[in-house]
Amino acid sequence: MEALFATTTGILAASGLYLSLRGRTFPVVVGLTLLSYAVNLFLFSTGGLTTDGAAVINDSGGYTDPLPQALVLTAIVIGFAMTAFSVILAMRVRGDVGSDHVNGNRIDEPREDKS
Amino acid sequence: MQHLIILPVLLPLLAGVTLLIHRGGALTLRRTTNVIATAALVVVGILLVAESSDGVIRYYALGDWQPPFGIILVLDRLSALMVMLTAILALGSLLYACAGDDEQGSNFHGLFQLQLMGINGAFLTGDAFNLFVFFEVLLIASYALLMHGGGKARTHAGFHYVALNLLGSMLFLIALGVLYGTTGTLNMADMAAVIPTLDAGDVGLVKAGALLLLIVFGLKAAMLPLYFWLPRAYAAAPAPVAALFAIMTKVGVYAIIRVYTLIFGEQAGLLANLATPWVWWLALATLALGAVGVLSARDMRTQVAYLILISVGTLLAGVGMESEAALGALLYYLIHTTLVSGGMFLLVDAIAQQRGKAGARIVQSRTLGQPAILGLLFFAGAIAMAGLPPLSGAFGKALLLQAATPAQQVWLWPILLISSLASLIALSRTGSTIFWRASGERTGSSLGRLRGAGVLMLILCAPLMVAFAGPITQFTQATAAQLLDRDAYVQAIIARGATGGDA
Repeated sequence: MEALFATTTGILAASGLYLSLRGRTFPVVVGLTLLSYAVNLFLFSTGGLTTDGAAVINDSGGYTDPLPQALVLTAIVIGFAMTAFSVILAMRVRGDVGSDHVNGNRIDEPREDKS
Repeated sequence: MQHLIILPVLLPLLAGVTLLIHRGGALTLRRTTNVIATAALVVVGILLVAESSDGVIRYYALGDWQPPFGIILVLDRLSALMVMLTAILALGSLLYACAGDDEQGSNFHGLFQLQLMGINGAFLTGDAFNLFVFFEVLLIASYALLMHGGGKARTHAGFHYVALNLLGSMLFLIALGVLYGTTGTLNMADMAAVIPTLDAGDVGLVKAGALLLLIVFGLKAAMLPLYFWLPRAYAAAPAPVAALFAIMTKVGVYAIIRVYTLIFGEQAGLLANLATPWVWWLALATLALGAVGVLSARDMRTQVAYLILISVGTLLAGVGMESEAALGALLYYLIHTTLVSGGMFLLVDAIAQQRGKAGARIVQSRTLGQPAILGLLFFAGAIAMAGLPPLSGAFGKALLLQAATPAQQVWLWPILLISSLASLIALSRTGSTIFWRASGERTGSSLGRLRGAGVLMLILCAPLMVAFAGPITQFTQATAAQLLDRDAYVQAIIARGATGGDA
């Protein structure tokens, strides 16, 4: 399970990083979202991965670390709010600057997201 | 007053929420509420400094969950000093904003208070994850404040700022995850106690986490490879917001000081003084590039933004010097530079408003409406920023130069002095262009009473800091001593927690 978890997190993070380095605002926002998913998964795993553990606590004493869950919850809430904000902001940039390029270039390059 | 410690967080929260709810209320009422809340914060800041000056480290356990389990707010000399500094700077920029800049959008006052809450929380908290949360609070408020008033340049600079800081927040979370996974705690004092006892196998991971944290704080503080967002964002922000942002880079500097003296300081075993070599060299490079930036700026706001960069380089060089004297000196310089650069942002905006079309660009223009007053203020501010005697900048830089060991002097002295020379040349060129090479009729506009009060309050801190240099340096040296005494900090928090709580 560790290998699967690590691969998933790694692929998400790599895709997120790649997209957030793109030149247009939409891929950047999607990239940031993917990165935040990767970070949430990573945080979730910091308490160690256990299967069949009790959600909170039980008599046998085997339970998962509750703190990463609390941390992830906080991170998700903040990440959601920030994504919503950056979407609105990207739209504002499109409207104000007249271009969805992060540098504000107006030159009409061939659309990279059509292919 | 046991609850005094949490007031710098609660007070802005309540004021901010009230102001957000009554966003449509009468402008005078909102202004008065905000000014009263900020003035109350100054009083709280002074009380906190007075309370912390006896050298006892106090903490406030939220919900009475004793450390290391609950979230705590810690009051020591450094956090008290930073809270008071924030409040004074905020009062100055708020007075300026009340002269009209706040009318450009309906939420200025509410966001202003929430920003203060985030900054104060970041200074006071003793919990690493809570530090992240307060960073987010101050960032969210700053995103909105940066774009207050709207406009092309602001939205554009804003998007860069938001995207970069979102990336920074994610790195922060990864770093915290790594540190929690290896040390099993998020309480900073507890983490400091656990770090020296780590297995050799975990050291590599913790090192990675610690250096990731340095990237995050470096981004906030605008350290060398991570500062490119700053000049643009600060130059685009409305003046009172830019002035308040003068404390934001210092939040990064504060976090670097706190984490790398407490958790990864001298006594951290295998990880002792992990980040300081990095900080030292990057700080010197920041100083050098800041000097180039100051000379090349064609706009007064950009120029002040680069002056902030120089001050960040100076401060971080102090951190990299790893000595008590250097820490004390850098804290003195930190107070000076925060207040004076905030004042300079306000002053530059006031000048730009009296120049008609030329605005903040450094070109010849019509004569200002009030060349005498503004010229004098600019002169004083420029002397303080460039670090010429008799104002506080010279004093802070001299203390720092003195604190360097011979090996460090070789690098610090030339770079710091040349960067000061560069700021001096750039500022005198700006001053002579604006005040002496102006021609034609005076523009009609004048500095209002509120704007004048805001600018004057912050610039006047420079002579005041020289007049009271004795007590201030005593306090900053004591702060430095307290910071380096890691065991006392850990004892104060963990030991008392074990006896007082249900642990």
